[in-house]
Amino acid sequence: MRGALLELEGVERRFGGLKAVDGVTVSIARGEIIGLIGPNGAGKTTLINTITGVHPATAGRIVFEGRDITRLKPHVIAGLGLARTFQIVQPFPAMTVLENVTAGALFAGGAPTMKAAQEAAMERLEFTGLAAHASKPASTLTLAQRKRLELAKSLAMKPRLLMLDEVNAGLNSSEVDDALDIIRRIAASGVTILVVEHLMKVVLSVSQRIIVLHHGQLIAEGEPKAVLSSPAVIEAYLGSRYADRIAGGAG
Amino acid sequence: MTRNVITTWIAFAVGIALCAVLPIFGGNYTLRLATTVAMYAVLAQSWNFIGGLAAYPSFATAAFFGLGAYISAVLQTKGVPLYWTWVLGGLGAALFAAFLGGAILHLRGHYFAIASLVVAEVLRELINTTPDLTGGGMGLNVPALKMSVGEQAQFFYHAMLALFAISLATAIFVHRGKSGFALQCIKQNEDAASILGVNAYAYKSLAFVLSAVFVGAAGGMYATWTRYIDPTDVFDVLLSVKPLVMVLLGGVGTLLGPVVGAFILLALEEVVWRNFLTMHAAALGVIIVALVLYLPNGLMSLVREIARRRGRA
Amino acid sequence: MIYLQLLANGIVLGGLYAAIAAGFSLVWGVLNVINILHGSFIVLGSYIAFFLYAYAGLHPFLAIVPAGIVLFALGWALQTVFINRVVTAPVLITLTLTFGLDLVLNNAMLVAFTADYRKVNLATPLPALELGSVFIPGDKLAAMVLAVALTYGLYRLLGDSNVGRAIVAVRMDREAASLMGVEVKQINAITFGIGALMAGAAGALLSIIYPISPINSTLFLGKAFVVCVLGGLGSVPGALVGGLALGLLESLGGYALGPEHSVTLSFSLLLLLLFVRPSGLLGRRGYE
Repeated sequence: MRGALLELEGVERRFGGLKAVDGVTVSIARGEIIGLIGPNGAGKTTLINTITGVHPATAGRIVFEGRDITRLKPHVIAGLGLARTFQIVQPFPAMTVLENVTAGALFAGGAPTMKAAQEAAMERLEFTGLAAHASKPASTLTLAQRKRLELAKSLAMKPRLLMLDEVNAGLNSSEVDDALDIIRRIAASGVTILVVEHLMKVVLSVSQRIIVLHHGQLIAEGEPKAVLSSPAVIEAYLGSRYADRIAGGAG
Repeated sequence: MTRNVITTWIAFAVGIALCAVLPIFGGNYTLRLATTVAMYAVLAQSWNFIGGLAAYPSFATAAFFGLGAYISAVLQTKGVPLYWTWVLGGLGAALFAAFLGGAILHLRGHYFAIASLVVAEVLRELINTTPDLTGGGMGLNVPALKMSVGEQAQFFYHAMLALFAISLATAIFVHRGKSGFALQCIKQNEDAASILGVNAYAYKSLAFVLSAVFVGAAGGMYATWTRYIDPTDVFDVLLSVKPLVMVLLGGVGTLLGPVVGAFILLALEEVVWRNFLTMHAAALGVIIVALVLYLPNGLMSLVREIARRRGRA
Repeated sequence: MIYLQLLANGIVLGGLYAAIAAGFSLVWGVLNVINILHGSFIVLGSYIAFFLYAYAGLHPFLAIVPAGIVLFALGWALQTVFINRVVTAPVLITLTLTFGLDLVLNNAMLVAFTADYRKVNLATPLPALELGSVFIPGDKLAAMVLAVALTYGLYRLLGDSNVGRAIVAVRMDREAASLMGVEVKQINAITFGIGALMAGAAGALLSIIYPISPINSTLFLGKAFVVCVLGGLGSVPGALVGGLALGLLESLGGYALGPEHSVTLSFSLLLLLLFVRPSGLLGRRGYE
């Protein structure tokens, strides 16, 4: 096994009495594409928020490239090379597409000057196919374009780990194919990727490994096909009666 | 881009030089008005750092102004050289803003507005309770300068104009630089900005300190200029509100908006105040209401809009 | 026992503060508008009570009704004509608008009534209440009881009436309320009107306790701020808790440090509280 890039040890995040993330221990290897799935409300987005420091862990430890980042502020974590996209896209609406991406290159991507940051941003826009829209205000983009803008922004941060939170939600199937192509190309450039996804098709087609969250707990981990056919996962998604029936039918 | 930068600085130098020379021909009354415009422009330009660029509705201007005025005035009574008292007034206000920012910049929206508003009240009360040092509620007399009336009028105008030039130069640097860009990001979506690596707290603190330092120095100059200050005068809530009105008049977050707003506000004050002596606060109120309802982006936006339409036609 | 007396003073003060703040808190919580006019509304209520007593002999406790009606109408009109147009705009805009309106109203009162302090001197004051060593002036006690009753009335109105439920719905989610058929703009105007009504009624009660002058408006506004931050936004019980907390603090703190420091004390407390617990003593997350 290759060296671990990100390690979570017993990570917990409480909101009042609710444990949104409950004792998650997992490690992500350098260069892998890993899928994170789970039913609605399983705590997937919260887990990403916890890793990125938006909602810091209330217990446990998060180690990124050998460095404990559990208590670090979001902007510091971003600067270390941990980027994420938002499920609900969060552009700076009044800025142009180029300016949006420039922000990522300038503040987390280590670009020394404004000019260098703009050049780096332009490269990312070409990579994601948004170059033609560079000077438009971000608020004028379509949903699919905004999702790609999120990608371009996080790529401009020169991430070592990229966490994609439902980048395909709300897209039609040809748009999904485009997005998948971009994800594969990002992976080919050596970036480790965590994909949070609802669409099984997407998860299966890109992930080398899958982890499953349910009620904030990690309930399964491993090779995609095997994980999806495990009873615990089926029960989490479809309820216990359905799981029994499948188990009964198989046995 | 480089040519653009050079043009900006040439325009800046010519503009300030013209401002420095012209009012001298107008006599002492014109100079007094010009000094007030320069002071207003300093306050507005300063507020624009935190209120315009970062969109944090600060009402702390009066606190910084009063603090700077008192630091400078007390030092003047102790015999500290005049220029140093102004510098220390500015630095004192900046230092205070740095500490205050640590306490209240994590608040957003209304909470930040209130917290910043209350600061001036607390400082005013503090002054009231330290009569030995500050004269308390009775106010404080500041030693007079050894100059003729005409010399003084010119001196204060040029001092205030110099302060304005420094604040404008700082604004130009900030607007064009990394910090201005960071503040734009924070203004539009602070959480998303942090995720992109923007140290929101550091940049907000910078903006807050910048909104204090020149105001504090202006307070010091004001104390020397009027030769007498008291807590009700220099911590007046209108000092916190006028900068906001000027920036709204001129255009939020723009470079020249604050200056334009300062001119217009003073012009309105001179006309309206003189004709409606007992109703001047109400007149200001009507202006504010009309502005908010009809011109929320300021007169500069109106000018740009007209220019754009002309360009198209 | 001086402390029992201070405690009693604090509770009386606290009840009055609750009424001062309840309407302010309602407007802030539901409309997300900081109503700078609130202090002037209170003063206007006091003037109405003062003139009705001086010229018609109407007792200030009864003047709650006309003062409330006048202020409701004024508040309703201001919201309909001005504030509704920018009610969804950023904080800076709505705050500035109510500040501008306040400059006009306060200045108008200064011109009409002058800055001179006036006071209602009741011809037949109620007898004072004496419990052992504790002494409470009867009219002050009655004003406090009425103030708490008014606050409780607002609480019941929000909980039990159709209008109240619509107001609460708008507070929870403006868009959802609108989709469910609530006339949001009309509810905004009624909410602002009720906020003004509460201010006017509180002003009528205060007319027998505080000197009346337009200059006092910022004092009342400051109290309303502090109470809201202490108790949390938009909740009537919060206003009561915050009011009592402030009343006790001013009474005990004023005794310990000297009465001239009570304002500094309450504002310093406000800053401290905003620093450590911006959601208020009751811990309800405030609107942004």
